[in-house]
Amino acid sequence: MLDKTVDTLAAAVAGVQDGAVILIGGFGASGVPTELVCALLDQGARDLTIVNNNAGNGERGLSQLVRAGRVRKMVCSFARSSDRKNPNAAAFAEAYHAGKIELECVPQGTMAERMRAAGAGLGPFFTPTAFGTPLAKGKETRVIDGVGYVLEAPLKGDFAFVKARTADRWGNLVYRYAGRNFAPVMCMAATTTVAQVDSIVELGAIPPEHVMTPGIFVKRVVQVERDHGI
Amino acid sequence: MEYEKLNRRQIARLVAQDIPDGAYVNLGIGIPTLVSAFLPADRDVILHTENGIVGMGPGDPDAPLDLDLINASKEAVTLLPGASITDHVVSFAMMRGGHLDLTVLGAFQVSARGDLANWDTGAPGTIPAVGGAMDLVAGARQVYITMDHVTKDGRPKIVRECTYPLTGAGVVDRIYSDLAIIDVLPDGMRVIAMVAGLRFDALQDLTDCPLTLADDWRVLSPE
Repeated sequence: MLDKTVDTLAAAVAGVQDGAVILIGGFGASGVPTELVCALLDQGARDLTIVNNNAGNGERGLSQLVRAGRVRKMVCSFARSSDRKNPNAAAFAEAYHAGKIELECVPQGTMAERMRAAGAGLGPFFTPTAFGTPLAKGKETRVIDGVGYVLEAPLKGDFAFVKARTADRWGNLVYRYAGRNFAPVMCMAATTTVAQVDSIVELGAIPPEHVMTPGIFVKRVVQVERDHGI
Repeated sequence: MEYEKLNRRQIARLVAQDIPDGAYVNLGIGIPTLVSAFLPADRDVILHTENGIVGMGPGDPDAPLDLDLINASKEAVTLLPGASITDHVVSFAMMRGGHLDLTVLGAFQVSARGDLANWDTGAPGTIPAVGGAMDLVAGARQVYITMDHVTKDGRPKIVRECTYPLTGAGVVDRIYSDLAIIDVLPDGMRVIAMVAGLRFDALQDLTDCPLTLADDWRVLSPE
């Protein structure tokens, strides 16, 4: 019987090695698998490369991992706060200015597509994004039919941590509103995908055409108390 | 003769009036976000946000914050009837793939040939953070810029060559500044509207690249 559900957050994040590349879903505070990241803090793996749109917003989760010195490199599109009244990513900023963490700044769509390429079995691809800008520096570029392109490499994770609303034991996932964001593509792009979910339902309870991430992309599912909203 | 600069809301209103019925539009952070408040009620303008919402409505001040219903500025939004939600791959395919009719963005600088610098000042100590800006300008069919015409200390922001790091090369189609509306054309910049009382040569003095004045230019009369 195929049952991907695990009972504890510790079991959900077991096996993460030092030096691992971890894709973490979420956009701002939306769709962030905070409990999985906190479990990773307890698990102990170091020297991590983290791929996330941001660099650790809020008090819990990624910012704690950064503050604990466990992250060697961040791959993200926006490592600053866009909210001046509520500055965050402070832990990252401190580590960055102290030279303790590496940053790879990637255009948001290029980040998503690099993971899609990894998940879809593609090699490097040409994108018009960032052509003629500093973010194309050191990369192969080509002009094809009058359009300039930058060659970008697939971005693969050893693990992906995502948050979904509903799962079944086969790992089929349904997301809530815009909490979906990077999760589906991260599920595709990692060797071991772990989903924290609000609820686990009987097999067949999710109508097949409503499944947003097919369970083939998911290895582990753990239920976490619902904490949407505030 | 005296002239008055447009304020942020007046700039946003001018942009809103120029967005046609049925357009799919992405509004950036700052003045562009204000544009949504001035969209004419008799037009369906469908707003897209990077995190996958197509058909975004204004925030509801009475509703509790729902972190799964936010825009790219991380502000609360609502869903209009007819809205859809996708993941990031599809959302950015809409942007990069030429499916958005228009994006409206802010700018640090725009160059004579439409180069845009709006993501990084390159100042020492700043953390580079690009978000979705480069994907937007690479793919949106039209790129409109809202900006002050000059910096706070009076230096031109419309320049021969951008000195700040570029977001995209040759991507800007039109500028709505607090003094004028300027089309960026293959043969240079053409002023199509100016605030009342502003002389063309005075506008040229505030601009670091050559301007021409359209024959049918109009006076901006903000409400």
